[in-house]
Amino acid sequence: MTSVAAGVTRNLSISQADGGRSKSEQRLIPISIMGKAYQVPADATIMGAIEYAGHQIVRGAGCREGYCGACATLYRLPGDYKIHTGLACMTMVEEGMTLAQIPYVPAEKSIYDIEELKPNVSAIQQMYPSVFRCVACNTCTKSCPQGLQVMDYVQAAKRGDIAAVMDLSFDCVVCGLCMLRCPAEITQPLMGIMAKRLYGRYLRKDSPELAERVKAVESGAYDAEYAKLMPMSREALSKLYYARDSE
Amino acid sequence: MGNENKPMKLAYYPGCTLKNQATNFDVSTVSSMAKLDVEVEELDRWNCCGTVHALDSDNVMNRVAPITNMIRVKEAQARTEGMASEFMTSCAMCYNTLKRANIDVRQRADALATINDLLYLDETKYEGDVEVLHLLEYLRDRVGFDNLAKKVTKPLEGLRVACYYGCLLVRPKEVAFDDVENPMVMENLIAALGATPVDFSHKTECCGAYQTVDKPEIIADRTDKIMGSAHEEQADLVVVSCPLCAFNLDYRQDDAKRLNPDFRNMPVLYFTQLMALAFGCDESALRFDLQHIDPLPALKARGLD
Repeated sequence: MTSVAAGVTRNLSISQADGGRSKSEQRLIPISIMGKAYQVPADATIMGAIEYAGHQIVRGAGCREGYCGACATLYRLPGDYKIHTGLACMTMVEEGMTLAQIPYVPAEKSIYDIEELKPNVSAIQQMYPSVFRCVACNTCTKSCPQGLQVMDYVQAAKRGDIAAVMDLSFDCVVCGLCMLRCPAEITQPLMGIMAKRLYGRYLRKDSPELAERVKAVESGAYDAEYAKLMPMSREALSKLYYARDSE
Repeated sequence: MGNENKPMKLAYYPGCTLKNQATNFDVSTVSSMAKLDVEVEELDRWNCCGTVHALDSDNVMNRVAPITNMIRVKEAQARTEGMASEFMTSCAMCYNTLKRANIDVRQRADALATINDLLYLDETKYEGDVEVLHLLEYLRDRVGFDNLAKKVTKPLEGLRVACYYGCLLVRPKEVAFDDVENPMVMENLIAALGATPVDFSHKTECCGAYQTVDKPEIIADRTDKIMGSAHEEQADLVVVSCPLCAFNLDYRQDDAKRLNPDFRNMPVLYFTQLMALAFGCDESALRFDLQHIDPLPALKARGLD
C-alpha cells in the first residue's frame, strides 16, 4: 500500500492529512471487487476503494485524473441487468456495486505509412476492415466511459468521413472497453487514432503564418528582444506583459 | 405541392455509398430536388442501413441499424417545422433494407419492443410511425410527373433510355411501389424529362449483386446479357437506382468485353443525373467524371452535351 499512499490520501479522505477525520466517522458501504466482498468508504472513487481494500494497483492506474484511460472498469449494480463502465479514478462507488478492472484490451494495431494513405474510405478499408462488420447495435456507445458517440464515428468511418471520425473520437482515452464489448470485434479506438492522424496530415487547416513565424525565430529575428527580457525582474516583466498590445 | 409557395422539407437518408463511390448519385439527387422546390435535408445523424444482412429473420440485433435511422427521422421531424414523419432515399439498396425492416417491426411488436429496449440511450422510441419513401415514389406521388415536366429546361429529346430496376425496387412484392413484373415508374419519369424510354427484356433481372466481390465472371455474364438487351432496343444509355447495379453494369463492362468480344460499351447513369441534366444543373451536380463509361459521346450524339 505504501507505494500508492498519495492516491489513497487524495481519493478517500481517510488520512490525517485532510483535516483529521477519523476512519470510524466514515460511512462504509459493501462492494465486491473481483468477486470478493469489502466495506469501503461511501465517498470513495472506485480506484480509492480498491486501494482502501488493500490492493496495490499496478497496471490499472495512471494519471488518476481521467485523462490516460488506464483504469477502465466494468461494474454492475444491484437489480440492474446492465453492464456499466467507468474510469476507476473518476467513478464513485455505489452500494452493492460489483466490479472488475480491465487494465488492457489486446488489439492488433495496423502498421501504415501515413504518406501512402489518403483521407478517405479506402484507408479504413485497407487498415481497419473490421469496421465494416458494424451492425449499428450501439453497444460501443453504451460502453464508453467518456460518453462519446462511438458508433457514430464507426459509421462515419464506413462512409469515409475522416473529419467526423476525428471530431467524434477526439476525447477517446483508448481505455478499450468499446472494443471489448463490440459484437463485431471492431477496434474502434485504433481506427480513431488513424483517422486523427489522417486528419492532421491531410485535412487540417493550413496555417502558413506558423511556418513563417518559426522561420523568423530560427533566423534570430527575436534574439535581441529576448536578450532584453531575460535579465528583467518579475515585476518589470509583469508590467510589460499587461501593457502589451493584444490582438 | 405545386400551389404552395413554401418549399417542402423532406428528410433525406443518403446511405454510405452515396457518400463514397456514388457521390454523383448524391449530388444529382440533391440538386434536382432543389429545382423541384423540395428542400432536401440530410439527417444530421444516420448510420448504415444495415444492407440486406440486417434482414436475417432470426436475429433481432441486426434490425437495430435500420430502426435507429427511423428514430433519427423522428428526432429530425420533432425539431423541424414542416417536416413529415417520413424520409426519402434514392439508393435502392437502402430503400429495400429500410422498408423491409419497417414492415417487419410493424408486424412484430415483440421484436420492436426488444429493439427499443436495446436502444435505451435514445429517448425517442420507435413505434412504426415513419414512412420510408424511395425518391421515384416521392416524385410520382408527391411531386407528380406533370409538375416535374414543367421544370425541365433542357428536354432530353431523342435520347433513348433503358430503365433498369434490378431486384431491390420491386422485390419482394411487399416493398414494390410499382408493378413487380413490369414496373413503369422510371420510364414515366424519363418520358417527363423529354427522353424516349425503351422497353427491354432484362429490366428486372438481377445484376449479380455481391458476387462481384469474388466471382466477377458471373457479373461479366450478367452485364453482357443485360446491356446486350438494352443494345437490341437501340438504347443510348441505361439508368439505374442502385449503386451496386451501377458498379456491376458500368465498371464490369471491361470483364464483359473479355467474355464476349462483340460486347459494345454503353454508359450507365443514375436516373437523378438525367433529371439534373434536364433541369439545367451544372457539371458539379452531374459528376459524369465518376462514370466508368463516359456518357458524353452518347449525349453529344443527341445534341445534349
